[in-house]
Amino acid sequence: MIKVRHVSGGYTNELILKDVSFDVKKGELFGIIGPNGSGKTTLLKMISHILPARSGEIAIKGKPLSTYSAKELARCVAVLPQNIVQTFSYSAKETVSLGRYAHQSGLWQTFSDEDERVVQAVMEQTGIKQYENEPIDKLSGGERQRVFLAQALAQNPEILLLDEPTNHLDLAYQKELLDVLKTWTRKNHLTVVSIFHDLNLAGLYCDRLLLLNDGKLTVCGTPDDVLKKSRIEEVYHATIEKHPHPEVPKPQMMIVPHEETDDREVVVRENLLDVTTERIVLESPQPLRTMSSGVTGSGVGWHRVFVNRHVSEDYDCIDHHQEMVDYLKRNGFYPNHTVAMMTAVELTNVSYRYYEGDGFSVLIVVTASIGNATDASVGKTDRSGFQPGTINLWVFINGKLQDEAFIQCIMTTTEAKAKALQAMEIKDQETNTQATGTPTDSILIAATQRGQILPHAGTATPLGRLVGKGVFQCTKQAIKNNFNRRDAQK
Amino acid sequence: MPRSFTRKFSVNHKSIAYMLLGVLVLFAFLLGTSIGTVSVPPLDVARIILGKIVPGIRVEQVDTMYMNIVWDIRLPRVVLSGLVGASLAIAGAAFQGLLRNPLADPYTLGVSSGASVGAVVTIFFGLSLPFLGSFTLPLLSIAASFATIFIVLIFAQRIDRAMRVETIILTGVIFSAFLGALISLMIALTGDELRQIIGWLLGSVSMRRWEHVQIILPFFAIGSILLLLHVKELNAMSFGEEQAQHLGVNVQRKKMGVLIAGSILTGAAVAVSGTIGFVGLVIPHFVRLLWGPDHTHLLPLSVLAGGSFLIFADLIARTIIAPSELPIGVMTALIGAPVFALILMKNRLERRG
Repeated sequence: MIKVRHVSGGYTNELILKDVSFDVKKGELFGIIGPNGSGKTTLLKMISHILPARSGEIAIKGKPLSTYSAKELARCVAVLPQNIVQTFSYSAKETVSLGRYAHQSGLWQTFSDEDERVVQAVMEQTGIKQYENEPIDKLSGGERQRVFLAQALAQNPEILLLDEPTNHLDLAYQKELLDVLKTWTRKNHLTVVSIFHDLNLAGLYCDRLLLLNDGKLTVCGTPDDVLKKSRIEEVYHATIEKHPHPEVPKPQMMIVPHEETDDREVVVRENLLDVTTERIVLESPQPLRTMSSGVTGSGVGWHRVFVNRHVSEDYDCIDHHQEMVDYLKRNGFYPNHTVAMMTAVELTNVSYRYYEGDGFSVLIVVTASIGNATDASVGKTDRSGFQPGTINLWVFINGKLQDEAFIQCIMTTTEAKAKALQAMEIKDQETNTQATGTPTDSILIAATQRGQILPHAGTATPLGRLVGKGVFQCTKQAIKNNFNRRDAQK
Repeated sequence: MPRSFTRKFSVNHKSIAYMLLGVLVLFAFLLGTSIGTVSVPPLDVARIILGKIVPGIRVEQVDTMYMNIVWDIRLPRVVLSGLVGASLAIAGAAFQGLLRNPLADPYTLGVSSGASVGAVVTIFFGLSLPFLGSFTLPLLSIAASFATIFIVLIFAQRIDRAMRVETIILTGVIFSAFLGALISLMIALTGDELRQIIGWLLGSVSMRRWEHVQIILPFFAIGSILLLLHVKELNAMSFGEEQAQHLGVNVQRKKMGVLIAGSILTGAAVAVSGTIGFVGLVIPHFVRLLWGPDHTHLLPLSVLAGGSFLIFADLIARTIIAPSELPIGVMTALIGAPVFALILMKNRLERRG
């Protein structure tokens, strides 16, 4: 549909765009991204023939751009620029009607029934019908944007060029506009070329992306190919993190703010623990990056407060998540900041210990009762003899972990826990085989994300060795504490 | 939503606007020809005009003195002021739209300064070309105004090949300043012709004959038709030249068309009546305020409003301190400014609602 070959050019003698070549296919939603001043708008102006290319060639529908007359081009290509001058207050409908200019002919260019039909249709589509008689300078930024979009669509174009279309729009309109554009490309085979500032929006909606840097084409391809962490960091000179979108298979980039060096060194250790019969609480001075299976704050996130709450042995609640949220609020914790777990264990039987490694340290906190110990290789089938019993494992790491280290940490912790049960000769009472845990065990890995970078936490790494040893020792101790207490009570 | 009632009402009633202004023009014509030192009854005026235009209608019962006053003295003057007002108003409306500048007027590009230089040179040197006699001044003035716009446009194109409106305005300002200085120089050097020069610069339609009407009429017709052919393009260019090009307008060519048409109108108007200010600036605003910015209606309505406005201004200028006359340029601003200020204020208050 659009063919750009070795195009260079700019406003003055200085070249802004240097030797750019790419193709846009029919019905594609094609995004142009790049830092400020990288030549995005220049490129768009060249495709819309506002700016002639110094060298190279642009062809639209197989025909060189320079052979198009202004009207002919306008019947094929419509543009929604970033800013449009408004000197006089035309009404919305007058503004939209101007989109039909290229389709009118003859000396007096009368407005035909067909023109009226198209204008009505696009006003309907863009939802501006209700203020067609309002002067456009009285409309909000988002409404005005839609009026000009309607004007562009009234041209009945095959190609729509947009310069940061979501600029003046709030979140809902951004989504709405891009959803509509996406639908049009699919249904009406409209070809859309759009400049994006927001890499995430570009990645979400575009079929292909073109990354410009300093007037040169850096890469052109699918969002997954283009939005590579190292490349974006290099082009934009900013630290970013890349993550998959939670709902759709598209990458999302997160900016990492450059923080002034924080003198307060955060070390999570046992002195932060507050153990009562009611609950065990650890409040960190800084939010910690967490991966957990808690009742609240589960999954991946950032949390500052960690609660292990005592519940009675007959605790039974259908919506235990909501009940926990209410409990936290009642006790002055923010549920959004808190990873919370529950157990029927006497909390004073907790076992914890602080371990120092080389340049990092680990705090392990374990509460355990094995009344319901289970062999994971068999599983629990019979729930009749269900007894309360849970092992809650907290692993706090004073160090900087990558995602794989978190996962390896979970593996190491689980293996160490199973080993502790084996060492204590805990059996699954149903099958009389070696137990590996209980059906309700919970785990929390929390890291300060400061200091030394710890890329891995497998059992052969310093971190993995320390975590494995700590979890083994603490779990054993917690089980022992529980036994001792029971024996004492008997 | 608080909206100006006048605007809302009249947007859907453009035909009412045409009727209203049409009646106003007729009214201006009748009043302008019947009022004066010798008062002619409007009915006789109508009879004389009809008798002259439509063959077969006899006007024996009308006094020959009336006949001479109306046909030879007042009517040419009224027609001329109507044409001058119309030319300036439509040119002003087009320039404001093209240059996207509400402060633009027909004189922005320096056309009037060019015409003035032509006229002042004629007076200063007492020129009188053979066969032209007293028409030396308007014809030299028109020639000078065309020469000016030609040079301004070439100059602007040399500076900036795309000829953005900013460049055009700036070039116009530079030329106006330079030509203005030339005029001041001649005023400073002149002795006897001072009053004549000043009188011309202030603008006047007195002592004008049918021949003057013949000078301006073809330019008015060509210029106006040319502009009316550009209404859609003017609308598009109001949103900026790039946007106009996106919409399919051949910006370079159409811009040139509007500039030349506007300059023809302005040059001819200045040549026959001197530099009459205010009409070209305010009448388009006035019309836009009442009936919206769509050039399809703005241009023809400006013709009607500008024409009748200048006829009324001239009527007042020559009757208010009769038998002396005030310069019409003074009159336009004296009436126009307060009326415009009032409308502007009322409109702002309504908007604030």
